[in-house]
Amino acid sequence: MKPVPPPAAPRRTAVLEARDVTVRYGRQVVLDGVSLTVEPGRVTGLAGPSGCGKSTLARVLALMLRPSGGAVTVDGTAVRRWRQRAPRGLRTAVALLYQQPRLAVDPRLTLTEIIAEPLAAAGRADRGRVAALAAEAGLTGDLLGRRPHEVSDGQLQRACVARALSLEPRYLVCDEMTTMLDASTQAHLVAVVEAYRERSGAGVLAVSHDDALLVRWAHHRVRLGDPGDAAGPSDHADPGK
Amino acid sequence: MSARVSTGGDLPPRGPSGEDLPPDGALPGPSSAAEPVPAGGSPAAGSVPAGDSLAGGSAPDGGNRLRVEELTVSFRLPGATVRAVTGASFEVRPGRCLALVGESGCGKSVLAHALLGLLPGNAEVAGRAHLETPDGSLELLGAPEAVLARRVRGRAVGLIPQSPATHLTPVRTARAQVEEALRELGHPRPRERADELALRQGLHPADLDRYPHELSGGMAQRVANAMALAGDPWLILADEPTGGLDRPLVDRAMAALRGLCDEGRAVLLITHDLRAAERVADDLAVMYAGRLVETGPAGRVLDRPRHPYAAGLVNAQPDRAFVPILGMPPELTRLPDGCAFAPRCPSADGACAAPPPMADGVACHHPLEDDRGVRAAARRASEDDRV
Repeated sequence: MKPVPPPAAPRRTAVLEARDVTVRYGRQVVLDGVSLTVEPGRVTGLAGPSGCGKSTLARVLALMLRPSGGAVTVDGTAVRRWRQRAPRGLRTAVALLYQQPRLAVDPRLTLTEIIAEPLAAAGRADRGRVAALAAEAGLTGDLLGRRPHEVSDGQLQRACVARALSLEPRYLVCDEMTTMLDASTQAHLVAVVEAYRERSGAGVLAVSHDDALLVRWAHHRVRLGDPGDAAGPSDHADPGK
Repeated sequence: MSARVSTGGDLPPRGPSGEDLPPDGALPGPSSAAEPVPAGGSPAAGSVPAGDSLAGGSAPDGGNRLRVEELTVSFRLPGATVRAVTGASFEVRPGRCLALVGESGCGKSVLAHALLGLLPGNAEVAGRAHLETPDGSLELLGAPEAVLARRVRGRAVGLIPQSPATHLTPVRTARAQVEEALRELGHPRPRERADELALRQGLHPADLDRYPHELSGGMAQRVANAMALAGDPWLILADEPTGGLDRPLVDRAMAALRGLCDEGRAVLLITHDLRAAERVADDLAVMYAGRLVETGPAGRVLDRPRHPYAAGLVNAQPDRAFVPILGMPPELTRLPDGCAFAPRCPSADGACAAPPPMADGVACHHPLEDDRGVRAAARRASEDDRV
């Protein structure tokens, strides 16, 4: 299925990569020397049981969580600062979609304002583009003037997807993006992400505990082991190669 | 503790359905049993399913029945009326699980809350919901609060709430909450009974002494089940019990529900998760925009859906065609006069301007014919690598 790279191939740098990442919450080690590569234009599926650290790894790759050890690079640039301290160019290169859209939006904003926020913050306010993004996510008409408490989870997640695409990220991290949603909304949002990936060449990390979804969506799958499983730091991680 | 990443090529296929079950869990799986629950105002009077429910439970099953007819719920808001449920009819009886499926916001939870008298004050409820027991029949809709509190909630009907972990009070132990429920129900020995209930759910009694934040999602689910069963209700109402659980935990929760059916209780499962429903339900009722659009045996509805919306929902699953239904459901504040699905429906025509009556388990002017359903079944058989 995947071509085996020649042994002496130069290291590919145009990838989103976590290398030997370790994360501790207090004394608890959540990730221990984990490596993962997300390649442009491909969908990497990240599977694993509850509590295995999938979401933690997703947050590290989205520059939202500084790991205790290891390195993250975005297209060859090493990440040295995290969250709001990361340079804008890196921060906007990776977009993160959460499982719970209600926790990911400001409840005071309308859906239009939610979608428009990143563009405005980047000094590129563009109403036409906001409308186009909303329409692509399936949001039209007076829905866009509503606030989060006036729409369903599915409608709110559509707004989050539109927002995530607004700055044209080079990588999308979808952390259980559709777990809360019905099958039809799930299929639609995955199709929206796929359309974006195909036209932009962005890389996608799809995190899910649902194997059936990843079988269908991902080009290849990586399984994060159970917590407490006996294996040491993985030396065979780069799954996409 | 360490986490490990292995290469993607060696992911095991989905295991056989039984492997994640608790040792005492009954095997789930859609029943192929015939005998759909009739809906649409054709109560199967007199056909008490003797022997349909298995022995072994302490739940009473003789003559118990919940018969809902033309249930309609609306909410008055300033300037608008939300028609959350319109004319829903169905029946739930011991030993069987009816799954009510539909997307979020379609009125499923409102329906459940209406049955327990838990709707907010601006709700207007019409229709009938007869709770039939050997001692007589009770009309749930409009029953006085005292009657619901004394005879229905927790005693005849147990509720398994949405996301059990957040339903528990965070400042008290699980035991305090289970024992409180038992005391409210007048149980003489709440402590011993709480231990028994925990054991039956596969929890160690010591687990009850934990606070909710010390419980995993699966354990919180079991505590919620234990509380729902505190009053030995014959009917269990499970309202999206799997929210936030991962697939193995969903499977386990579904196995637990199936176990409740098999010990002679009735289960009304409300979910947006077709695959969860498939594992436990005998019968399926598909809801769209507040109306039931298709009802029937779960296996038949999933393999040969006849309503275009039900077919769309089935086909949207990742292990089927993975194709979304175009468009979005209508606002419940401005439902069309005719079929609510018509604006999204490939077979809609002029006839759909009139509301389709529920006939033969499907409310559609142009139900899908069987050959299309057979194709769907064939596709499923070829694509579905699960056991």
